[in-house]
Amino acid sequence: MKSLPLLFLGIFFMLAFSFTGIVLTSHVQFGSLEQTTETLEADDNGNFVLVEGEPLYPLLEGGLALQGKEVYIQMGCVYCHSQQTRRQSFGADVDRGWGVRATVPRDYISQSRVLLGTMRTGPDLVNVGGRLQGDGGREWHHKHLYNPQITSKGSNMAPFSFLYNVQPIEGEGSKDAVAIPSDSPYAPPAGFEVVPTRKAKALVEYLLSLKINYSLPEAPILD
Amino acid sequence: MSNSSDTSKTSVEPYSTNDPSIRAELSEIDRSIRSASIFFTTSAILWLLIGTAFALIAAIKLHEPGFAAGSEYSTFGRMRAAHLNSMSLGFGNNIIFGVCLWIMARLCRSPIRHGGLLLIAGAFWNLGVSIGIAGIVKGDITSVEWLEIPRYATPLLAISYILVGVWGVMAFRFRKGEHVYVSQWYFLGALFWFPWLYVIAQIMIIWAPAQGVIQSVANWWFAHNVLGLWLTPMALGTAYYLIPKVLGRPIYSYYLSVLGFWSLALFYNWAGVHHLIGGPVPVWLLSAGIVASVMMVIPVVVVAINHHMTVVGLHREGWRSPTIRFVVFGAINYTAVSLIGSAMALRNVNEVTHFTHFTVGHAHHGAYGFFAMILYGGVYYMMPRMLQREWPSASLIKIHFWGSALGILLMVFSLQIGGWMQGLQMNNPEIAFLDIVQNTMPWLKARSVSGFLLLVAHIAFAVNFFWMLFAAGSVKAKQTPTLLNPKEEGVA
Repeated sequence: MKSLPLLFLGIFFMLAFSFTGIVLTSHVQFGSLEQTTETLEADDNGNFVLVEGEPLYPLLEGGLALQGKEVYIQMGCVYCHSQQTRRQSFGADVDRGWGVRATVPRDYISQSRVLLGTMRTGPDLVNVGGRLQGDGGREWHHKHLYNPQITSKGSNMAPFSFLYNVQPIEGEGSKDAVAIPSDSPYAPPAGFEVVPTRKAKALVEYLLSLKINYSLPEAPILD
Repeated sequence: MSNSSDTSKTSVEPYSTNDPSIRAELSEIDRSIRSASIFFTTSAILWLLIGTAFALIAAIKLHEPGFAAGSEYSTFGRMRAAHLNSMSLGFGNNIIFGVCLWIMARLCRSPIRHGGLLLIAGAFWNLGVSIGIAGIVKGDITSVEWLEIPRYATPLLAISYILVGVWGVMAFRFRKGEHVYVSQWYFLGALFWFPWLYVIAQIMIIWAPAQGVIQSVANWWFAHNVLGLWLTPMALGTAYYLIPKVLGRPIYSYYLSVLGFWSLALFYNWAGVHHLIGGPVPVWLLSAGIVASVMMVIPVVVVAINHHMTVVGLHREGWRSPTIRFVVFGAINYTAVSLIGSAMALRNVNEVTHFTHFTVGHAHHGAYGFFAMILYGGVYYMMPRMLQREWPSASLIKIHFWGSALGILLMVFSLQIGGWMQGLQMNNPEIAFLDIVQNTMPWLKARSVSGFLLLVAHIAFAVNFFWMLFAAGSVKAKQTPTLLNPKEEGVA
C-alpha cells in the first residue's frame, strides 16, 4: 500500500463498482419507462400491447399545478411530507388511506423533479388529490394553509398565512375569499376577508393534482 | 516482499520522534500550511455558530408552529436546509480542510507549496457556501436532500473544492520516505470520492435530470456517501493519527487497519439506497443496500478493536487530554451509531423507523457524535502547534466537551425514543395522525433543549478559539499544555 497508482486504482474501483451497480444499472433497468394504459392486451402474436382508445398514465405535469409544484419546492414542503405509498402490510400507508396501492417507478416518470421525501412529520401527499377533491378540497387546503389549526387542531405545521392577503371587504367581496367561519379564533377582523395570493392558488392546484387513482399493468388497484 | 515486516512496523505509527532535526522538519511543514489552516478552522467555527442558529429555529418551529412563521424566508424547510448545508459544507468541509490537510502534509513530510493559493481557493469555497445558503433562504432551494444549494452556486463549489483537494493529493504525490500511514489512505480516498459523488449527483438530479426515481437513487447514493466516504474516512483518519500521537503508542494492528479501510470502501458505497426501503424502486436494489449496510459491521468492529486496543490501559491519561477526550468519545459513538445504522437497514426495523424522527437522531449521532467530536479533538491538537501557544482556558474546553457530549446524547435519545414510538403508532392505523403528532411533542421539546446545550458548547469553543488566536499576553506566556485535570497532573 505504498504505491500511489495502486492505491488510487483501488479507491477508484470501489466507487466505480457501486456507481455501476446502483446508479447505472438502475438507469439501464428502469431509467426510460414510458406511459402506459391501465391494463395491456395481447395482440395476434401474443405480445402485450397498449389497449387502443384508453388514456395513458401517469398524466403529464403541467399548467397551474406545475407552477404550484415550484411553490411546494420553494417552501420546502418535502421536509415534512413524503410522496410515496409503501405496499399493503408494510407500514400502514394503505390502511391509513394515504394511497390505494403501492407506488412504483412508472408513477414518477413525468416529474422533472421527484419529491419522494423521507419524513412524515405530516401525512404522505402522493394521493392527497384523491382524498380532497374539487371545490371542497380547494377550500379545505386554503383554510389549512392559512392556519392549520382551523382544520387540524393540534397540528405542528406552521401557518402559511403570508401566502394570503387579509384585506377590507369591498362591495360583494372577493369571489376567492377563504370561507373561515366568523366564530373561529383565526377568522379575520369584521369587515376583512382572507384572499389567497397567486402562489397560494397555484400550490393548492398542485395539491389537488396529486392523484394515484389509476392502475398500472405492474401495479393494479385491487378492491 | 522482503521488507514486509519493516513496512508493518513503520506503518503503525505516525511520523514522530524526539529527534530535533525531524521536529524541525515538522514545524517547517506546520508553518507552510499555517495561514490556510487557521483560515479554514476560523471559517468552520463561524459556520458552526451560523448552523446552530438555523438548527435552533428549525427545532423550535416543530413544537411551536407559530414561531418565526411570518415570512417565507423562515419556513421549516428552508431553515432545515440552511442548517444542513451550513454544517456539512460550511463547518464540515472547512474543518476537514483545516485539520486533515495539515495531518496529510505532516504524514507525507511534504511542506505545502504556495499556501497562499490554498487560502484563496478556500476563500472561494466559503464564498460559494455563503451564496448557496443565501439562495436557500431566499427561496431558490432545490428541495433535493443534501443538494439544496441552488444551481448558480454549485459550479463554484465544485471548482473551489477541487482546487483545495488537489493540495492533499499533491502532498501525497511528493511525499518523502517509504512510510505510508493508514490515515493517508483514508484522506486520499475521501479527497477523491467527494468530488466524484458531488458532480455525478449534480448532473443526474439538477443539470440533466434522470428520469423519475433514478433521481432518488442517485440522491441517496450521494447523500449517504457524503457521510460514508467523506466525513467518515476524514474522521477515522484523524483518529488514527491523533490516538497514537497523543498516547505515544503505536496502532494495535496494521492488518486490521488495512482490513478496516478496504471493507469500508467496499461496503459503505452500496449502503445508501436503504433510505428508499419500501419506496418505488426495485426490490433487488434495496436488498443490495441492506446487505451492504449489514456488512458494514465488519469495518466498524475492526476499527473499534484497533482503536480500543490502542487506548486500553491509558484511559486515565487520555481523559486529561482534551484531544483524546473528544476523540475517544467520537470513536465510541462511531461504533454505536454504525451498529444502529446496520440494524435500521433491516426491513422490519426500517418499517418502523423510516419517515420518523428516529432517522434524524441517527444522522446527528453520526455527523456530530462521531465526526464533529473527533475533528474538535483535531483542532485542540493542531492549534497549539500552529500558534506556538496553549489553549487559554481548560474550563471552556470542559464546557465545550460536556455541552457537546450531553447535548448530542440527549438529542439522540429523545429523537430515537420519540421516533420509535412515532413509527409504531404510524404503523397502527387505529391511532389518529394528529394524536401521533401530539405524542411526539415532549421529545421534540427535549431535542430543542439539547440544541441549547450544543449552543453553549459551541460558544465556549468559539470564545476559547478566538481568545487563543488574538491572544492576550497571559496566554502567550503560558508554557505548559492545557490539560483537563490539573490536580491529577500534579500527582503524576
